[in-house]
Amino acid sequence: MLKIHNINKQYSTHRALDDVSLTIHKGSIYGLLGPNGAGKTTLIRIINQINAPDSGEIIFDGEKLQPKHIERIGYLPEERGLYKKMKIGEQMLYLAQLKGIKKAEASRRIKEWFEKLEIQSWWDKKVEDLSKGMQQKVQFVATVIHKPDLIILDEPFSGFDPVNAQIIQNEILELNKQGATIIYSTHRMESVETLCDEIALINRSKKILEGSVENIKESYRNQTYKISYSETEGTEFPLEELALFEIIEHINRDNQTEATIKINNDKTLNDILLQLIPKVKINEVLEIIPSMHDIFIEKVTRSKNQYTIK
Amino acid sequence: MNKIFLVVNREYLSRVKKRSFLLTTFLVPLLFIGMYIGVFYLTKESFENSHAIVHVVDNSASISKSLTNNKNLTFTISSNELQNELDSLKDKTKNTNLLIIPEDFLQSRRVELLSSGKPNINTQSEIKSQLKEIIRTYEYSRMGLNIDSVKSVDDKVNISSKEISDTGDSKESHTEVAMGIAMSLSVLVYLSLFLYGAQVMRGIIEEKTSRVVEIIISSVKPFQLMMGKILGIGLVGLTQFLLWIILTAALTSLATALIFNVSGTTPEEISALTGANSQLSNDNPAFDIISVFNSINITELLVCFFIFFIGGYFLYSGLFAAVGSAVDSETEATQFTMPITMPLLLTYVLSFGVLINDPHGTIATWLSFIPFTSPIAMLVRVPFGVPTWQIIVSALLLFGGFLITTWVAARIYKVGILIYGKKASIKEIIKWFRYKQ
Repeated sequence: MLKIHNINKQYSTHRALDDVSLTIHKGSIYGLLGPNGAGKTTLIRIINQINAPDSGEIIFDGEKLQPKHIERIGYLPEERGLYKKMKIGEQMLYLAQLKGIKKAEASRRIKEWFEKLEIQSWWDKKVEDLSKGMQQKVQFVATVIHKPDLIILDEPFSGFDPVNAQIIQNEILELNKQGATIIYSTHRMESVETLCDEIALINRSKKILEGSVENIKESYRNQTYKISYSETEGTEFPLEELALFEIIEHINRDNQTEATIKINNDKTLNDILLQLIPKVKINEVLEIIPSMHDIFIEKVTRSKNQYTIK
Repeated sequence: MNKIFLVVNREYLSRVKKRSFLLTTFLVPLLFIGMYIGVFYLTKESFENSHAIVHVVDNSASISKSLTNNKNLTFTISSNELQNELDSLKDKTKNTNLLIIPEDFLQSRRVELLSSGKPNINTQSEIKSQLKEIIRTYEYSRMGLNIDSVKSVDDKVNISSKEISDTGDSKESHTEVAMGIAMSLSVLVYLSLFLYGAQVMRGIIEEKTSRVVEIIISSVKPFQLMMGKILGIGLVGLTQFLLWIILTAALTSLATALIFNVSGTTPEEISALTGANSQLSNDNPAFDIISVFNSINITELLVCFFIFFIGGYFLYSGLFAAVGSAVDSETEATQFTMPITMPLLLTYVLSFGVLINDPHGTIATWLSFIPFTSPIAMLVRVPFGVPTWQIIVSALLLFGGFLITTWVAARIYKVGILIYGKKASIKEIIKWFRYKQ
């Protein structure tokens, strides 16, 4: 859907984007991650043609990105707002028409959406009379009203209570199912794992990680397991004696022990179990896969360290 | 293009529908009419109250006989003692005066006027001119001149001033009228450029602080948004002017009719009055209203007004837009609007002195060509008659200036609207201007 080739963007004193390339597949939900000030917003603005890159190229659905594509993109910026004194209905009509939809069609679609989100009664209300969360809901509708092929959401859940966040999340998934490609920029890592197919991590204006969530997590598996077992009567099992793994955590609770271990590189889980099975009663074995949250923090802090060493 | 139209539409309707727009549109003409009526009544009042009674204590015994009563003054020769007169003066109603003529008046030429309230200027000058006449008569007869023949000398001179136009025709010119029109145009353009320029700025600051701007410019180009706003507000301005002109004209004629009805003047009396006036106007062409209006080319004036108002508005609103994009609040904006509006302020101030007194001088001519000052300077000059080529050149320069300021403003605007919470300095703004787009 979107191919970004070697984008550079320099602001007078700092480099906002340094040779960033991304590939976003059609129909995917793509997580754009990174700490504050990493360059995410700059990248998003470039995709929206608000800013132009100094060099590099963007291919939108097989064509070089050009102004006409704006009508196929829906953008929910992080810094968002509405005209305070304008009525919701009028405002939505205006925003939809700016995206190239005829008035009658826009009005029909808005009503449809309002019904879906059960906010029909808001049509004649002014924005200043709505709560922050309510405004967010309206704004979400404004983002997708023109049925864009590419939806860019910058922190779409900020300001929502959990119930409404869930409603919006379902709508996002629904739109995705209908074929829309979604770029989801956020700091909220838990939602990344449930929503995203692929992610890119941007830090200090460089892309430092890209791939499918599955693959990334796979590559961050480091043979860490949590094993709970009960010792057989009388025999105390000295876990430490086995030189097969390193113990990260060891908890004794009643006659149940929970050990988190990291297996040495040349060994496998089977080797460990082979040793354990004759001696203890194994209740549960669980592989500890690092969460996106952990990966994010590890990657970002590591690159920071690298930077300071340089 | 279609999107600019949408923006214009929103900017226009959202303002025209506002209660404050309706309020100013209808209140301003009412204010004018109110002033008109107020002035009328005050003038009438002052005419009615200006009648004065003058008690004369004449020590020379002969002077008071020559004083004549007229519609403003009634003289009574007082036989009371001076002290009694002074005492009674304290209780008298206003406009009662005591004129004390000394014995040697014809030599000293000095009188005393005591008044119950503040001495009325009209009363004073009336008395003065009567006394002067007395002295003149006295002196003429002392020199042995025949008073009647002296008085019969007619020294009245009428200057009928005409200006020669390009075509060699002569037409009557009325400098005072031209001055009046020039001054009101200067005030009108100055105020409206400020008013609507500031509205553009405020609108942009509003979009910026409410953060709606980023949503909008993901659909339209920043330039389209800026131009849409400028055009929309410009149309609001034109609408307002049009409504003001129509309403003021309508209300004025209504008020005129009402005033004549209230004051109980019958149509016959009016026609008698105007008849008297036309009698007067034959003697004094300066009061011939038709000729006054003929001397000013109304069409030219209106066309120039709209050209230079619109040109000036575009020129300045672009700059106001740039300022609006650079700041987060209106208070912050003051430091930038000051330098921008300096040329306007300067011309405005100059227009009352230099430009009106010497509308074809070097300063006036230069100022009417520089785009930043020409909207006011040229309009001030137009009522005095400006060669058409000068108007065209000035309008073209103004248009060129507008293109340049808009280009500069758009570059700043593009960057500025997306920068939040950072205090912009002039240096910063220059940097924005230099950004690769």
